[in-house]
Amino acid sequence: MENSSSTTPASFDQLNRDWYIDKAVQILVFIGGISAIVFIVGIFVFISKEGFGFLFGEFNFREFFFSPNWRPTSESKETFGILALIAGTASVTGLAMLIAIPFSLGTAIFIAEFSSGKTREVLKVTVELLAAIPSVVWGFIGLAIMNPIIIQTFNVPVGLNVLNAGVILGLMAAPIMTSIAEDALKAVPDRYREAAEAMGATRWQVIYKVVLPAAKNGLLGAVLLGVGRGFGETMAVLMATGHSINIPTSVFDSVRALTATIAAELGETAAGSPHYQALFTIGIFLFIVTFIINLIADLVVRGVRKG
Amino acid sequence: MFESTELNRRNETRQKLFRIGLGTMTGILILPVVLIMSTLIYKGAPVISFEFLFTGPTKGMTAGGIFPALLGTILLVVVALLASVPLGIAAAIYLSEYASDNWFTRAINLAIINLAGVPSIVHALFGVGAFVIFFKFGTSILAASLTLAIMTLPVVIVATRESLQAVPMAFREACWNMGATRWQTIRRVVLPNAVTGILTGVILEVSRTSGETAPIMFTGAAFFLPLLPQGVLDQTMALSLHLFVVSTQVPNMPEQLPFGVALVLISMVLLMNSLSIALRMYLRGKKKW
Repeated sequence: MENSSSTTPASFDQLNRDWYIDKAVQILVFIGGISAIVFIVGIFVFISKEGFGFLFGEFNFREFFFSPNWRPTSESKETFGILALIAGTASVTGLAMLIAIPFSLGTAIFIAEFSSGKTREVLKVTVELLAAIPSVVWGFIGLAIMNPIIIQTFNVPVGLNVLNAGVILGLMAAPIMTSIAEDALKAVPDRYREAAEAMGATRWQVIYKVVLPAAKNGLLGAVLLGVGRGFGETMAVLMATGHSINIPTSVFDSVRALTATIAAELGETAAGSPHYQALFTIGIFLFIVTFIINLIADLVVRGVRKG
Repeated sequence: MFESTELNRRNETRQKLFRIGLGTMTGILILPVVLIMSTLIYKGAPVISFEFLFTGPTKGMTAGGIFPALLGTILLVVVALLASVPLGIAAAIYLSEYASDNWFTRAINLAIINLAGVPSIVHALFGVGAFVIFFKFGTSILAASLTLAIMTLPVVIVATRESLQAVPMAFREACWNMGATRWQTIRRVVLPNAVTGILTGVILEVSRTSGETAPIMFTGAAFFLPLLPQGVLDQTMALSLHLFVVSTQVPNMPEQLPFGVALVLISMVLLMNSLSIALRMYLRGKKKW
């Protein structure tokens, strides 16, 4: 029946062609779709590849995680302990969350439940713009504005410390947490509120007894994403922490973060050296921790949608 | 009969207090940023002039302008967009128009969330390992832009997917009933209705890309270059890295100059974001369905 196709009207060829184009496009967009997976796997593979030599050579689990001595360029004996760097990252992120969690949840409740019309629109746009300020600008603010303020107010010799970076990071993370938390509050159906109000509950009782419990998972997701963001922030903590290796005992101690160490040292190392590979190993650690945080956040938020 | 009881009045006051308390928290969150912005403008504005924007740095970067950094940022953004916009739109079309709700789609979504959540310095390490070393692009605009493209891919995907999904299902069904293929429906009906939404996403990506610093530090941006880049395999200066350099790495830096650089960078980013927000509002006002 081969020549039947040549004798049928052109429209049949047209249909045929359309069908092939349709298939081709389907394949193309599928490639786009899997690209995200390819990249995330690629990130892990390429970082591991560069860090491999260290991980199966000098790497010593105990020293790496439990020694506070990060001396990758020591003449006598190089040590690669990231405990102090973990302490730096944890202290700064912890302080940032102490500031950002109450303020972002408070702001989210205010925007979602207590404001309307123009006020609400203006607040939402402001929060969105705040979230867009680049991290290097925040770092500069820590360096040029916060630093002198801290030195003057608290009468300390150095203003680049846990306090500075924590406040900066808190201000950075709060807008993002606010918008995610606000989305979570908005996702609570209005009929919940109406039912509670019909029972005579005040606005605050509605929020406290009905809206917050219903939005619990979404709010937790917002907090987790804020933690992930603080943990992975690089430029702002590089510029505002003072960048000296320390296990902090007060907020006025300078510290150094995991991310900042990579940013400050990668440029000075020779490709393939133990130091270079150790920096990539820190990268693997950062990747795994943020992956787990994001995974939990996703599972928590998904839980609320099913319920 | 409807006289307010003691309990009513107490609840009333309590609610007022909560309202004021939450409003104050909102104020405390926004106020410092307003003060910071005013300081940036107050100290940075006197630095900015036509000469500052269109000449290169001189005297070991302690004087002169920022033109090579400004141009470099534009180049990095353009090359990054060329890579990420087509890929991001394809991914969004797949997720919105083809994918069904199964484990594979969830895996893609998880990967997108993680691409957005992985620390920027980890993206930088990936850029070094993959583009600079493995694909042998060297430290170049190409390597830096591709790193930025992968990092900001989620911005395009999420914005495009949202605007595709905002197109009502009935539009597609009407088109299919006329005998159109899936692709014809997407091209003639879905995409034209979503194009403004996609554009807001692209503008947001421009804003994100131009502010990033860590991913380009080791992949293609240089502290200082005497010449402008001649092609995508050259290194370039960039505004974000320039701010880092002038505020931390250069001795005897006049106090005002970094404020000028910071002001230019932040104006660029906020302008893009405002544009994207304005476009979104215009779109919402125009929408007929």
